[in-house]
Amino acid sequence: MAEPAIVARNLVKRFGAFTAVDGVSFEVPRGEVVGYLGPNGSGKTTTFRMLLGLLRPTSGTATVLGYDIARDPDRIRSRVGYMSQRFALYDELTVRENLAFYAGLYGLIGPDTAPRLREVTALAGLTGRDHERAGRLPGGWRQRLALAIALVHRPELLLLDEPTSGVDPEARRAFWDLIYDLAESGTTVLVSTHYMDEAEHCTRLGIMSRGRLLAFDAPEALKRAAVGGDAWDIEAAPLLPALESIERFPGIRRAGLLGDRVHAIARRGAYTAEDLGARLADAGFSATRVAAAEVSLEDVFSALATSADPDDAPPLASPTTPAPTAPGAPP
Amino acid sequence: MSDATAAAAGIDARGMRKAFGGVAAVDGIDLRVRPGEAYGLVGPDGAGKTTALRLLVGALALDAGTATVAGHDIVRDAERARALLGYLPQRFSLYGDLTVAENVAFFGRVRGMSGDRLAQRADELLGFVGLTGFEDRLAGVLSGGMKQKLGLACALVHAPRVLLLDEPTGGLDPLTRQDVWRLIIRLVAEGATVVVSTPYMDEAERCNRIGFMAKGRILTEGAPRAITAALAGRLLELVARPRGTVLSVARADPDVEDVLAFGTRFHLRVRSEDGPLARLPAALAAAGATVDALRPIAPSLEDAFIALLAAGR
Repeated sequence: MAEPAIVARNLVKRFGAFTAVDGVSFEVPRGEVVGYLGPNGSGKTTTFRMLLGLLRPTSGTATVLGYDIARDPDRIRSRVGYMSQRFALYDELTVRENLAFYAGLYGLIGPDTAPRLREVTALAGLTGRDHERAGRLPGGWRQRLALAIALVHRPELLLLDEPTSGVDPEARRAFWDLIYDLAESGTTVLVSTHYMDEAEHCTRLGIMSRGRLLAFDAPEALKRAAVGGDAWDIEAAPLLPALESIERFPGIRRAGLLGDRVHAIARRGAYTAEDLGARLADAGFSATRVAAAEVSLEDVFSALATSADPDDAPPLASPTTPAPTAPGAPP
Repeated sequence: MSDATAAAAGIDARGMRKAFGGVAAVDGIDLRVRPGEAYGLVGPDGAGKTTALRLLVGALALDAGTATVAGHDIVRDAERARALLGYLPQRFSLYGDLTVAENVAFFGRVRGMSGDRLAQRADELLGFVGLTGFEDRLAGVLSGGMKQKLGLACALVHAPRVLLLDEPTGGLDPLTRQDVWRLIIRLVAEGATVVVSTPYMDEAERCNRIGFMAKGRILTEGAPRAITAALAGRLLELVARPRGTVLSVARADPDVEDVLAFGTRFHLRVRSEDGPLARLPAALAAAGATVDALRPIAPSLEDAFIALLAAGR
């Protein structure tokens, strides 16, 4: 089997006293779509930049497509496509001019260039828009232009840093269509995201929090390993008091809001739907529906983050403080 | 209480319009939100959510339209409207070199509070957002989630009756997002009027009503369940491979309006379930595809939004 597209070994990056990336190790096999999930400031972007050779790690090593990030950053950058969070498009230039500019930066010149530009334009669904100014394109189109730019030099590996933030849901789905097309044609993709549903469909998933990679595995494997309990979806009213009551039921490991319902993880076998409904009724809530549910990635994140973060403010588990903004007269 | 009087005690905006350089960022929207109600503004970047909130705060002047906040006209009676309004912008400016407690005290003094009353209020708020014990920590070294909770405490310092929250959960981890929502729901339960913008559809389900925004307009508005009900019986989930074959077979079915793919999982929006349920398994098999599942599913808000955007073309 081919060597992995990325091998990271104990990568550390400190900025002064702040540790942005804290001993991260993982491997990305060729041809996979690997997701990287974590809140802002968790170290996703810093990790990407080290892999691209743009930032030197404080310690640790990594190879990308077989090249060492410290010794061969140029070879890496000529084989990797990168789409940064704030994709740098020249608003005053047209779609075609943006592409040609970046093609030049990647050393793509000569007779092959024009056909390649047409090819990536078509791939990104931008045919017919060649002469529009980038600044006039709607968000979803700008995002696809940024992807086309990242693809112009036929990279074997794509690093996409929150490519779908802020675009409408339709454009988001269309974008993922494109990602899977690229993966099917052999491109390896590492993509960071805030969206759980996007992460859900990656072949493998890394979960970052505060510079640490808490887990790295297939989504299904993460759910089995990190959660290991029964998931329940509960419709009950009033919602928040019901949630706070459920959190205190024996055998409940975690409860939270899922849409307008309560989603809870119970010790395996602790409850049946009838048990839970009866217990809610005893506590004075009208439970309109209790149904077995699937473990979510949010459950996984929650299970991993609670065991990893002892020094942050405690979660607002079962507060006694009422909301201080009473609707009465202002003080 | 009629809708109109209820909204008069909360937010009542009509025909709000704002253009920048000839482009309408907010293009004639009405917004009526009553006390005890959370209204979610949902839409992509550039839809006009932030502009709509800034108009209500009075940070931007209306080109056309009117708005009242807690009964006070935001133009003619701006001072009184603002006194009853709390606003948490996307990038809330905390003072990084002041402590948590000093930040709350600062925003309290800006709102004309002082002495014991301010001290008591600050304690109460820090307890509410879960920052008790962190009073002396510099705001600049807080995690993103704690900063956001502190921002919320500062926005609440003067006990506003109307709260405008611009993407309060953007970029936060899922646990902190849950915390922020619990705070919002508690404020609403206490009778606050809340408008919250969010790019996350799953969060929007927690609002009493939502408005889908695109290009400066509210495309549709209603209770989340009423919005998704419009698509009831019109969504199928298909798990099958290979992708290319599945896409072309599904798109060729006469009752399939739209196919959305996430890897090998597809959402099909259909005119009616029966035809595709009967036809697709055989058609896919004939084309050489492997089908793992085909079943009706409950539509999500995102499905509803996508259907609306498609209908608008």
